[in-house]
Amino acid sequence: MNTKKTPLLEVNGLKKHFPLKGGMFGQKTGYVYAVDGVSFTIDKGETLSVVGESGCGKSTVGKAILRLFPITDGEVLLDGARIDNLSAADLRPMRRRVQVVFQDPFSSLNPRQRVRDVIAEPIVNFGLASGSELDDRVAQLMDKVRLPRDAMHRFPHEFSGGQRQRICIARALAPGSDLIICDEAVSALDVSVKAQIVNLLSDLQDELGLALLFISHDLAIVEHLTHRVAVMYLGKIVELADRSTLFATPHHPYTRALLSAVPVPDPTVKRQRIILKGDVPSPINPPSGCRFHTRCPYVHDRCRNEEPQLRDVGMGRKSACHLDVVPEVPAMSSAA
Amino acid sequence: MSTTTLTPDGLTAAPDLADILPPRKARGKIMMFIYRYPTIAAGGAMLSIILAIAIFAPLLWTVDPTALAPAKRTRFPSEQYWFGTDMLGRDVYSRVLYGARISLIVGFSVATLASVLGMLVGVCSGFIRWLDAIIMRVIDGMMSIPGILLAIALMALTRASVQTVVIAITVAEVPRVSRLVRGVVLSLREQPYVEAAIASGTRVPKIIFKHILPNTMAPIIVQATFICASAMLTEATLSFIGAGTPPTIPSWGNIMAEGRALWQVKPYIVFFPAIFLSVTVLAVNLLGDGLRDALDPRLAKKV
Repeated sequence: MNTKKTPLLEVNGLKKHFPLKGGMFGQKTGYVYAVDGVSFTIDKGETLSVVGESGCGKSTVGKAILRLFPITDGEVLLDGARIDNLSAADLRPMRRRVQVVFQDPFSSLNPRQRVRDVIAEPIVNFGLASGSELDDRVAQLMDKVRLPRDAMHRFPHEFSGGQRQRICIARALAPGSDLIICDEAVSALDVSVKAQIVNLLSDLQDELGLALLFISHDLAIVEHLTHRVAVMYLGKIVELADRSTLFATPHHPYTRALLSAVPVPDPTVKRQRIILKGDVPSPINPPSGCRFHTRCPYVHDRCRNEEPQLRDVGMGRKSACHLDVVPEVPAMSSAA
Repeated sequence: MSTTTLTPDGLTAAPDLADILPPRKARGKIMMFIYRYPTIAAGGAMLSIILAIAIFAPLLWTVDPTALAPAKRTRFPSEQYWFGTDMLGRDVYSRVLYGARISLIVGFSVATLASVLGMLVGVCSGFIRWLDAIIMRVIDGMMSIPGILLAIALMALTRASVQTVVIAITVAEVPRVSRLVRGVVLSLREQPYVEAAIASGTRVPKIIFKHILPNTMAPIIVQATFICASAMLTEATLSFIGAGTPPTIPSWGNIMAEGRALWQVKPYIVFFPAIFLSVTVLAVNLLGDGLRDALDPRLAKKV
């Protein structure tokens, strides 16, 4: 087996700091450290989920890969070639390969564009087809996402949330992309529709060999869909592992707290909830050392001073915690 | 009605829906429109009448509005002179009807020009960051001068004619439209569908023309109607104080200015052009209000 296989997408030490402007003349008064050194890879046909609570920088990672804004530091490589430092003109052909599906199906479609034009836009942009060939491709894409072909000439407001998300998926597939970034793509949908869209995504992945970067806070969906999971906390990845390993034997205390919050559909099961104290600290002024030390049940002096690196902790897990073995029963308050 | 055949024995079926509900009143499309958008219908109808009067003025039993007849000056309204005659014996009825042309030309031209220019400035400002600061400071400066004063100042620089009036009022109105368009563009830029378009390789000009501009049309159209109304008033004001349309051309402002000296004894010279001006401005404003409610419900709540 080829051990030095080039991943489809490689992200190295990605940082995005948003300047905070204040004062009379809009001076920079500080930075929001939205993403602060994130590294991961995605192979062809693989799903990597990025999970974490609101404001941890999940979506910023997605948008930074799409270069919807310039990144502060780090590298983004597509098939081993850097794309983060390309000029807008050089980047354009690369855009064909990485597409996006956003969270809100209502604002991610132009209300004045017909479905056909929405789906045809990327094809036309990259000059992939025209005339009747274009119509054929749009029709095929509509079949792929299981929308009726006669929906082509309608406007987005005539569709439900789930149908609109199918239109968005068709648009993302249109240029023959290799990687689709699903930025909370199913979070706004209700449960039954969510399941349909998730199944559609995994069918399309099998059929087309797509890689997915699945940004979500819904662990149940992630467990169902993904190959690997990256857990983010305050702009950093705290744990990166295979799905089965992560859900069965999480290493990082934050991952454990997160997993313990997932509801179990069985009223007889007594769950051991790990209740974290306090709120997420502000990304404008993140804590020193380990960013999780303000809320961690196992905090010790080293955590406050030294930032833990993402390292191998056995069983294919990578975790950013100073502890090699985290005790099983957490030192939780018995408030619950 | 075959419901009985489907009902199992011993059960009574509910009557068909059609039997319970009264038959729906068939209403004509026009009646439906008036019912749903009464202000658009009223404003549109009034404006259409004024527009027809302006276009067909020569056919509406008018005489030459500039013809002098000193012997028949300051006559009261009568069968021969419907609105009376002014101090130089000119027929006020003919002058008012021809005056409608000037008002409407000025109103529509200013609305169109100001919208187009404002859209251009607003899109540049919303899309080019470094230009935005410069444009916005210039616009702040222009907006700090009252529109009518700016128009008077511009008129003082040029020879009076209808074109210069249009230009002067347009310059005074452009900042408002630019501000509006800039705001809308800035909010649309952040919309996920624009981000998705960028991600799928759409170039900036296409993003502006396909994704941004079509979505700014509704607020611009609404704003244009209000600019039209305010331009008519400004034109009348400029003419009234003698800084607008030259006195040789009958405009509502001119007629009122000329009748001003006599208004205590011959009020009808001022009265008729004033009524026409009020009704026209009301019609345009009604139309604008209705369009705003119909096109942009969010704006309707705010204003």
